[in-house]
Amino acid sequence: MRFFRSRLSPPILLLMPAFVIIALVVAVPLLFSLYTSFTGYRLVKPDSLWQWVGLRNYQRLLSDVDFWWAFGRTLVFLTVALNLELVLGLCIALLIDKLTAGQRVIRTIMMFPMMFSPILVGFQFKYIFNDNVGLVNNAIQSLGWSDVTIPWLVNPVTANLAILMAEVWMSTPIFAILLLAGLMAMPRDPIEAAKVDGCNPWQVFRHITLPYLMPFVYIAMAIRSLDVARAYDMVKIMTNGGPAGRTELLWTLIARTGYQDARMGMANAMSYASILLSVYFTVYFFRKLAAARRTMGGVA
Amino acid sequence: MERSWQRWLIRFAVFIVMAIICIPGLWIVMTAFRDNVEVMARPPVWIPERWTLDNFRAILGMSESQQGIPVARYFLNSVIISVTSTVLAVLIGMMGGYAFARYRFKGKNVAFLWLMLSRTVPGISLSLPVFMIWSRVGLIDTDFGVILVYLALNIPFTIWLIDGFFRQIPLSLSEAAQVDGCTRWQAFWKIEFPLAKSGIASAGIFAFLTSWNEFALASQLTRTTASKTLPVGLMDFTAQFTVDWTGMCAMAVIIIVPALILTFIVQKHLIAGLTFGGVKG
Repeated sequence: MRFFRSRLSPPILLLMPAFVIIALVVAVPLLFSLYTSFTGYRLVKPDSLWQWVGLRNYQRLLSDVDFWWAFGRTLVFLTVALNLELVLGLCIALLIDKLTAGQRVIRTIMMFPMMFSPILVGFQFKYIFNDNVGLVNNAIQSLGWSDVTIPWLVNPVTANLAILMAEVWMSTPIFAILLLAGLMAMPRDPIEAAKVDGCNPWQVFRHITLPYLMPFVYIAMAIRSLDVARAYDMVKIMTNGGPAGRTELLWTLIARTGYQDARMGMANAMSYASILLSVYFTVYFFRKLAAARRTMGGVA
Repeated sequence: MERSWQRWLIRFAVFIVMAIICIPGLWIVMTAFRDNVEVMARPPVWIPERWTLDNFRAILGMSESQQGIPVARYFLNSVIISVTSTVLAVLIGMMGGYAFARYRFKGKNVAFLWLMLSRTVPGISLSLPVFMIWSRVGLIDTDFGVILVYLALNIPFTIWLIDGFFRQIPLSLSEAAQVDGCTRWQAFWKIEFPLAKSGIASAGIFAFLTSWNEFALASQLTRTTASKTLPVGLMDFTAQFTVDWTGMCAMAVIIIVPALILTFIVQKHLIAGLTFGGVKG
């Protein structure tokens, strides 16, 4: 015991359990999957784990049209979803900030989607957009707008929109709640001063409110970026990548290649692309957050 | 006059937003208590004419007509896995958060960066190698295997949140306690822990919600009733071409209610946890 005490400083000891577990569950498996991505490993043929194929998986990936479609779609999906969530969240926060009463109740209601499992959100929107029993078609028919049953999740365009809507429904409230917290913590003096100096509401918003909110925006983005891949759950239950692969995201493609086609080597090569994508998003927003903190000088 | 007109417009807009947030969930809840025939009815029945518990009886295996899905068992698995991984993640998160907030050591920033990066790995990407290794060492389809993975998912975020809260507590407080004869250990439990309680509570809630709701990893690492969790069990209802809507809705209600209750109990801490833990860190 004395030996350990003299060798290991308290912070190392305190962090030991965390790093041991993360090494066991994340670091070692990822090294293993990096190795696997250089083999032609197929789940059905255990021996193929030792079949070194060099960069072949990656070369195939580069010329794989399905992969690039899924990759591009994922990128577009994330960009559109995150921007939409931010803008809508900001609008909702500004609206609620203007309310004179009931803010607490509304904030509680907005926590609702946060507690939902992504798979549950997916199911919920699968049900709502179902062509026969769905709420949307029921409403359209009852209002007499149209008699045809619109196959929302079968048409490629509307299926993608439905998935986007599920994603936005789930994540916008987080942005709204965090930005509302920012708005509420904001000092009122600068706004009053600007109004006295003749700024119009837009100028006040653009030059005072928005800069003040930026750290909160980046916190929301940073928290959100940790979990971008949860769209997998929604797509899995809503369309499972269909129709004809038109809603396939990178993550569903990985699952299909790895588990259904049992091409583990290839799937691991793909998953490295997805990991890099996630790391990029996270690093980007955490940097922005750090920069925003520095310029705010610890005010926020 | 114009003022009150504007106020009503804002209220109306907020009402629309709240409706969009609430209606999907309410629709699920209503379907859960609906008669199966009503789902297919034309013209649609909006509010259930007869509220019934049949769907819950059916999925809990209490009715003869339908073969039950072992929902009670899934529920138990979910509780065991989520509670264990949450408690452990909070303990380890407190240790880690304290280390980051209170000590200077070499490689601190690098350690923190890698910790956060480990959280960003998409569940499905992580599931591939974990699945391969777990099946070799016999951890597939065990509670322990899933708990271990969820621990790794939860630790980075708990450390991040708790670290932010510890940092807000002035160092002089615990130093004063130590001057007065407390050990550092005693000072932690008497000073820092009570002050950071709300941060620790919110870290716990987030860890619980993550474990309770996770699907991508659980769907690959669990196989049977031995360890299947509720979100994975939800997929039991989707056969190739047919979906048991009322059954699924009843199960959805069973999944959401514990999360709902827990979140409402500690909702005060939740927002504080997210904003202050994050901004001030």
